[in-house]
Amino acid sequence: HTKMSDKSASNLKANGRPPSSNAPGNPAATQSTPEESSNILQRLLAPLSPRWQNWVIRTIMSFVMISSFSLIIYLGPLAIVGLILLLQMLCFKEIIGIGHAIYRSHDLPWFRVLSWFFLFASNYFFFGESMIDQFRILLHRKQFLEPLLTYHRLISFSLYCGGIVGFVVSLVKKHYLKQFTLFGWTHVTLLFLITSSHLMIRNVFDGVIWVILPCAMIICNDMMAYVFGFFFGRTPLIKLSPKKTWEGFLGGGFSTIVFSLLLGHCLIQFDSMVCPIEYDELGNTLNTNCSRHPVFQPVQFRLPFAEFLMEDSSTLLGFEALLSSIPWYQFHWHTICMASFASIVAPFGGFFASGFKRAFKIKDFSNTIPGHGGVMDRFDCQIIMGIFVYVYFHTFIMVTSPHHLLRQVYSLRPSDQLKFYEALTEGLAKRGIVPAV
Amino acid sequence: MADSLNDESGVEDKKKEEMKVGQGLESDEVRRRKVASADSADDEPAAAPVDPAVAQSIGQGTDQSPGILQRLLAPLPPRWQNWVVRGIMSIVMIVIFSVIVYLGPLAMVVLILIIQMMCFYEIINIGYVVYKSQDLPWFRTLSWFFLFTSNYFFFGESMIDQFRILLQRDQFLQPLLTYHRFISFCLYCGGIVGFVVSLVKKHYLQQFTLFGWTHMALLVLVTSSHFMIRNVFNGVIWLLLPSSMIICNDIMAYMFGFFFGKTPLIKLSPKKTWEGFIGGGLSTILFSVLLSHFLIQFDFFVCPLEYDEVSDAVSMNCVRHWIFERSTFHIPVVGKLLFLSSIPWYPFYWHSIIMATFASFVGPFGGFFASGFKRAFKIKDFGDLIPGHGGMTDRFDCQIIMGTFVYVYFQTFIM
Repeated sequence: HTKMSDKSASNLKANGRPPSSNAPGNPAATQSTPEESSNILQRLLAPLSPRWQNWVIRTIMSFVMISSFSLIIYLGPLAIVGLILLLQMLCFKEIIGIGHAIYRSHDLPWFRVLSWFFLFASNYFFFGESMIDQFRILLHRKQFLEPLLTYHRLISFSLYCGGIVGFVVSLVKKHYLKQFTLFGWTHVTLLFLITSSHLMIRNVFDGVIWVILPCAMIICNDMMAYVFGFFFGRTPLIKLSPKKTWEGFLGGGFSTIVFSLLLGHCLIQFDSMVCPIEYDELGNTLNTNCSRHPVFQPVQFRLPFAEFLMEDSSTLLGFEALLSSIPWYQFHWHTICMASFASIVAPFGGFFASGFKRAFKIKDFSNTIPGHGGVMDRFDCQIIMGIFVYVYFHTFIMVTSPHHLLRQVYSLRPSDQLKFYEALTEGLAKRGIVPAV
Repeated sequence: MADSLNDESGVEDKKKEEMKVGQGLESDEVRRRKVASADSADDEPAAAPVDPAVAQSIGQGTDQSPGILQRLLAPLPPRWQNWVVRGIMSIVMIVIFSVIVYLGPLAMVVLILIIQMMCFYEIINIGYVVYKSQDLPWFRTLSWFFLFTSNYFFFGESMIDQFRILLQRDQFLQPLLTYHRFISFCLYCGGIVGFVVSLVKKHYLQQFTLFGWTHMALLVLVTSSHFMIRNVFNGVIWLLLPSSMIICNDIMAYMFGFFFGKTPLIKLSPKKTWEGFIGGGLSTILFSVLLSHFLIQFDFFVCPLEYDEVSDAVSMNCVRHWIFERSTFHIPVVGKLLFLSSIPWYPFYWHSIIMATFASFVGPFGGFFASGFKRAFKIKDFGDLIPGHGGMTDRFDCQIIMGTFVYVYFQTFIM
């Protein structure tokens, strides 16, 4: 558990200069020291060696985290949305804290306020967009929400403009460089955290399984890669993270695919996992009863190119009879694709975070979670996974649904709704989908 | 001509000598002294501190002029020379824009993309010079790759949104349309993987700084330029009028400041005055109403660009939106005094007034932001692309925030 190295301590620079290739600051305050986590645990574990202490604390915290997540999943999709927002804000707090520590801007009080204001403005915008998209009809029923809905984009833009004006007004003569650097820091952080968290929220609205399963894949890949690396690890994978090995990478990948198939199969059995969150106009409730999307309906297992692989029709039939006894869902093919992404590409999110920590000479993002580091340390791979699942879902599963388009139509003015109806019937008749009247 | 920077402050001369000696290998001492002396120069509001090394690498356009003009204008004093060059370049730019507007909305879209790429080039260049990373060759490639990816994504989205039916007729475009978001995401992921793989041991900080710099530049430039492209699709007037408002506000604020300027507006830009700000604002509002009256007469400016299924062509004939239809405005009380009880009015004028108000009172903060940015990195201009004016970004800094506003305004109030 190394603290700041001497080299970085000697590289402390004065204010107001662009950082050269040496580290500009000393964010020792944000270090995580697993031993100092909990006094009770410390006393209990005092007899063990420090390495075992670290292990035990890590494992205990993992269980704590997994149980809290399970509880929140049980509470339902809106609780999951709340959790995503909470985690996003914690990650933001950590990264901004690092920025402040490195660029030594504690004496610029406005800057904290501005950063959080930008966070609020962007969250307001994206959260409103997602809510309006999904629950437009429900929200229109509340009178006092009407102006907020109609002018949502304008309000968000005005808030953001206010932030820009506030930033310009807050510029102080000798601190321009620091202020601009932190402005850029805040914005890039928001770019990554906000887009990924709100895309995850949209994934939740499409069905809880689309957040739970990818998260579980990432966690499983982490653990399995560690286990495989522990037992079989020999060839290093990347200079950036010397502890990762090719054996861990590949072994973790295969076991993730297997595990996610099993978990996916288990989750599909429950409607509450699989159904999108819709506002039911008739029943006036948010419900998760639905007619399942085709990917979630049981099908016969078919090898994609079985006919080409087997010439003899009798063995083909026999083989197919064997295969058809495997309970299969089309969703499993998608699970395999997502698990491959989670094992092969998502770790680069982790490498990115490792490189970031090395660049700024810190060991962890903060010490929020004893034994693990910061919230960001745990969720760095989830960011890229959440975006991937959203893009994957909207490309291969469902680009848009008739419900979604209907919601948008109902939000038009009545005269425009009529125009839409006429244009639609005309267009469908022209395409031969509807018999011409 | 370029050495007129030295006229700003004699202290800079000495620093320049030291810089020439230690070019590329500056020690902490030199840097600290330079920063200290530059900071003391800050006390004089007229002279902004400039880092000569950075300025030289980037090229500063404000005090440059092409060779021919230099010889022609040699007899005039330097300040008049600058004026004349500025004036000529302004006229050249306005003429080029008018030609492109005449060529039609698709030409305008291409122009927007070209300007965006030039601004990106300037900002990235500043980043390289300031963080001294010309020796990381992969970084240029990666920055331009991220620019290509984000442009591909946004351009595709706008095109699919507007011309979906037309594009779907083309067989070979089908997979590109269906998988557009997926392809864009894969490209971006490739960029991230490439970045991680390109990390070099002793340069982590530089590389991450430039990564953030690139993303910040893209966030600002790509979103605003694609909003402007969508504005063009909604009707040429939605881009032409706001741009003219910004230009007019610039010129009018300068005029009012020149003749009446007394009280300074903001510490960041010492030449701006309250008289210029307010006078420029009022004249911009008036000018915008007059210009919109002129533009509304032509269907060309007012109609959205749509694919007409019936005639199988991209057309600009339309049934005008109701805000572009003529009505009359009855002046309540003052009218009787002026013998003018009613004037021809279009509802669009109200929108014009509101947009002009934004352009004059909030738009300039984009300019102040850019000024602060230049002071932070101790440069006078973003580049030397436009003689007499500076770089591309110098001319278009306020347009960025205006383009975004017009898009949001249009989406909220018009459609």
